[in-house]
Amino acid sequence: MAKEPILSARDVEIQFSLRGRKLTAIRRCSLDLYEGETLAIVGESGSGKSVFTKSFLGMLDANGLITGGSIMYNGIDISKYKTEKEWLTIRGKKIAMVMQDPMTSLNPLKKIGKQIEESIQLQQGLKGEEARAKALKMLNLVGIPDAEKRYNQYPHEFSGGMRQRVVIAIAVACHPQILICDEPTTALDVTIQAQILDLIRNLQSKLHMTVIYITHDLGVVANVADRVAVMYAGQIVEYGLVNEIFYDPWHPYTWALLSSLPQLGIKGEDLPSIEGTPPNLFNVIKGDAFAPRNKQALAIDFVKEPPFFPVSKTHMAKTWYLDPRAPKIEQPETIRRLRETIRARG
Amino acid sequence: MAEREKLIEVKDLQISFGTGKKKFVAVDRINFDIYKGETFSLVGESGSGKTTIGRAILRINPTSAGEIYLKGKKINGKIPKELDKEVIRTCQMIFQDPMASLNERAKVDYIVSEGLINHHLYKDEADREAKVQKVLQEVGLLPEFASRFPHEFSGGQRQRIGIARALIMEPEFIVADEPISALDVSIRAQVLNLLNRLKVKRGLTYLFIAHDLSVVRFISDRIAVIHKGRIVELAEAEELFLHPLHPYTKALLSAVPMPDPETEKKKKLIVYDPSCHDYSVDSPVWEEIISGHFVYGNQKELEQYRKEIQEIDG
Repeated sequence: MAKEPILSARDVEIQFSLRGRKLTAIRRCSLDLYEGETLAIVGESGSGKSVFTKSFLGMLDANGLITGGSIMYNGIDISKYKTEKEWLTIRGKKIAMVMQDPMTSLNPLKKIGKQIEESIQLQQGLKGEEARAKALKMLNLVGIPDAEKRYNQYPHEFSGGMRQRVVIAIAVACHPQILICDEPTTALDVTIQAQILDLIRNLQSKLHMTVIYITHDLGVVANVADRVAVMYAGQIVEYGLVNEIFYDPWHPYTWALLSSLPQLGIKGEDLPSIEGTPPNLFNVIKGDAFAPRNKQALAIDFVKEPPFFPVSKTHMAKTWYLDPRAPKIEQPETIRRLRETIRARG
Repeated sequence: MAEREKLIEVKDLQISFGTGKKKFVAVDRINFDIYKGETFSLVGESGSGKTTIGRAILRINPTSAGEIYLKGKKINGKIPKELDKEVIRTCQMIFQDPMASLNERAKVDYIVSEGLINHHLYKDEADREAKVQKVLQEVGLLPEFASRFPHEFSGGQRQRIGIARALIMEPEFIVADEPISALDVSIRAQVLNLLNRLKVKRGLTYLFIAHDLSVVRFISDRIAVIHKGRIVELAEAEELFLHPLHPYTKALLSAVPMPDPETEKKKKLIVYDPSCHDYSVDSPVWEEIISGHFVYGNQKELEQYRKEIQEIDG
């Protein structure tokens, strides 16, 4: 991928002030997004995956602030945006977001059609019949049958999957360049989940969008992603093509995440789990944030933060394991045999 | 397996809500047994009635037809007060969302011991405290957590509190209603391990309700697949994954995303269309197609299922 990134975040730092204390949610995090790709960001809750992507749309909570770094989009550093007016040139128009819970992201008192129109009117300036026609078109596009009738219904008359389709319709109504899906299927059943993932994939190719998925479900990642970024304690610790992350991961946190998959479990034995808790982000983190939970941590992990080491042209991991001076450490057995184990059970 | 002791027997169970014209049959003609010491899973999409069945066993939802037996004693419908109390003590529940299922205004000490207090199952205050401490340690929490409030804990810790609350009653049977779907991947593993360890240590029997088949396969001994209030297939866990027969089971299996990009990208999704069954002439039956593997279908379908098994094995 020698293409220019369409969005490029460099050393972004985001802090929240909570009761007079500073919490550093994102610690100098960098990310490049290329046109047309699907990038999945994985990590446990609190790792900052939502906060990081919300900062691309100026949707941080009032007590959160981008305190460092830059986010370049279309030649402009949007991290310097201050006012809502500035953000509205991006949010919804160029970059749109689909939230996790379709129950809470729709207005229960407004008709579905009106809610889709709202975004069309605001962003594209269409009015009356025009806006209505466009809303109906969007309902059809996201696979809601009987659009005329559905247009006049309220969110409670829709099932969870249908509601998520409506949320997607609102998000893509203005043909955004980038669509951020924050756990779009976590609240849904597996069968519905598969349908929604398919829908997003279809819309992506029809509308030429670039998609960022935020999820903690590695199955979903395998299904949708071209590239994967693994986040831990406010930093991306490893990124690469989807096959590289699943079949040749190098960061110990990625190892831990993959080994705790129930698909790899042996009945009657314990699933490997990650002991301990993520670090407190109120404190300054020294060295590798994952070191205290890593049984094979090196001495340097506790002292100095590792830089990114290349595994391949497209694959980087932030771990001292890859330093030429480090003692030879092999990937755990379960990781090396991941592909065979899963296929054998397929 | 006939010699194994049946802990729960469910016979022709029907549960309906509302009366008259508004009557809605949520669950119909459900039959299954749960053996002592096993993990029995109910899998299906939301609205299929899996939680309703779990709640009916715990006497939370009234039943409209059929019987439920606990150790040979009928426990649904009108039963003596004594038996009711026994059911409450021996059957406990773990809920899905640890954020919503704990009383925000009560300390962990009270939350965990509420069952003891309601049933006067302790000698004196010191005995109660000792019991709370013991059960907190058993689920991997520190004894000093007893004086804290639920909001001070992470999702995984809260779920442990939920488990402690169920365990303190020394139950024999636990209904675990999606106990890990609200948790993170890494914490999921911890809670699953805890449930498995407790099962061995305390000789517990679980009814595990879930929609995630990958988790279910790891934890269950037997799995029942339920669709629209009907069990369509029931088999031992590995058998079900080896020979999925009913089209709904196949659809469900194909929908589970596998953490393997190469297979996942090639995968063809199977969609279940209920109209593929023609039950107008040939009416369906609940048939044991091979030992321990039950499936719901009419004669023609059963014939085809038998062929499928032979093809896979041959």
